[in-house]
Amino acid sequence: MSADTPLQNDHDGNENPPVDGSELIRFDKVTKRFGSNVVLDELDFSVASGKHVTLIGPSGSGKTTILRLLMTLLKADEGTIKVNGDYLTHEEKNGKLVPAGEKHVREVRKNIGMVFQQFNLFPNMKVLRNITEAPVTVLGLSKDEADQRARELLDMVGLGDKADAYPTQLSGGQQQRVAIARALAMRPQVLLLDEVTSALDPELVAGVLDVLRDIAHTTDITMLCVTHEMNFARDISDQVLMFDSGRVLESGTPEKIFGDPEHDRTREFLSAVL
Amino acid sequence: MSWDWQVVDDFMPRFWDGVFVTLQALAIGTLIAFALGLVWALAQRSSQVWVRWPVVAVTEFIRNTPLLVQLFFLFYVVPNFGPSMSPLTTGIIGLGLHYSTYTAEVYRAGIDGVPVGQWEAATALSLSKGRTWRAVILPQAIRRVVPPLGNYVVAMLKDSPMIATIGALDMLGEAQAFSNETFTTEALTVVGVAFIVIAYPASLLIRALERRLVR
Repeated sequence: MSADTPLQNDHDGNENPPVDGSELIRFDKVTKRFGSNVVLDELDFSVASGKHVTLIGPSGSGKTTILRLLMTLLKADEGTIKVNGDYLTHEEKNGKLVPAGEKHVREVRKNIGMVFQQFNLFPNMKVLRNITEAPVTVLGLSKDEADQRARELLDMVGLGDKADAYPTQLSGGQQQRVAIARALAMRPQVLLLDEVTSALDPELVAGVLDVLRDIAHTTDITMLCVTHEMNFARDISDQVLMFDSGRVLESGTPEKIFGDPEHDRTREFLSAVL
Repeated sequence: MSWDWQVVDDFMPRFWDGVFVTLQALAIGTLIAFALGLVWALAQRSSQVWVRWPVVAVTEFIRNTPLLVQLFFLFYVVPNFGPSMSPLTTGIIGLGLHYSTYTAEVYRAGIDGVPVGQWEAATALSLSKGRTWRAVILPQAIRRVVPPLGNYVVAMLKDSPMIATIGALDMLGEAQAFSNETFTTEALTVVGVAFIVIAYPASLLIRALERRLVR
């Protein structure tokens, strides 16, 4: 696995070249409720381009909700989300913010990729087509081009020989590595990782984390990650956000959050999971 | 009562006419039921109330009234304000329409059975709606729906003699007419056997298909 891997964003050819360090994601007073349960409470938070940000906190604190809002799998009750300066689910019309049409949402969402806890590979497609389906039908790549890129990505995640297998023929760890390749094939600017090792048998976790570490260290992709693997978080994160009850309790470098947290709540949480 | 092979022999020409009608009704009726059922199932998931509601109303109405009444309605009432069709065409449409409301339920269950994570993955990859259905959801739903759909094909075969009531003489219709004219009963037995000869291999075929699809 070399540094000039196929998943580097080709900034030269990109319509929206992210300026390094510029703001890629911004949540503005985002509120999300499930019934009477307020999961996110007027949350403000932003992620700079190229950064690796890990969200930690007790379950139910709203971490996964943030990822799902960004992926438009959930809809915010209030507030706005911007990706690359564009509203994700809103459009400006005559100076007013209105809910955006499907086309606008898809256009903005193309910059975002996601890897799920349960992999969610398409069981009716072989591994290769799982990876090429979206590049061909959404990005308009030729089949050959998409195939070639998919094979490079499979090599990178160490599954070059599994292109013609069906997902059910693979172990959980292998499936998750295919899912990572599938997300990267869309060349997203930001990769959302939603507890990607939680459904794996313990002996398969390391292989998946190694792949992600490699991606984090060799590419400039932005990562937003929800995980219970604190060592992994420490390894790859530029910034760690501690969530509690739908708010950011504190944030800082991994050294600070894991070494010398400000809040007792953070200390308690870390001692429970470490 | 005795069995007379001569009667069977005399019945054969009309028997084959009836078999042809039965198979036509079954084949085209099945196509209609499978295709239209999918249309109903998708329409029932529409986000538009004005699409969803009428479809639910129509399918519930058809499912909860007898096929016989529908056949009479299509044959005697519809021509008063709509197209007039031959008995066989009317019968085929009636069978297909009736069973489409059942296959719609099968499709619905099959689609609902596809894990929500599949929809989420399709969204995360920005697949279009059409692509999500065609490439992801329906291929997975199909595997779940083949066995119950097959059962409805066999059920439709067994309901197909009803089209004789509007004058489309299927094999049972032919047998009954023949028996009435000749005061014999052999033809009815022949047709009974013929139903098994068609239905049983059909069941086996469905089971074989099921095994192939369930991976």
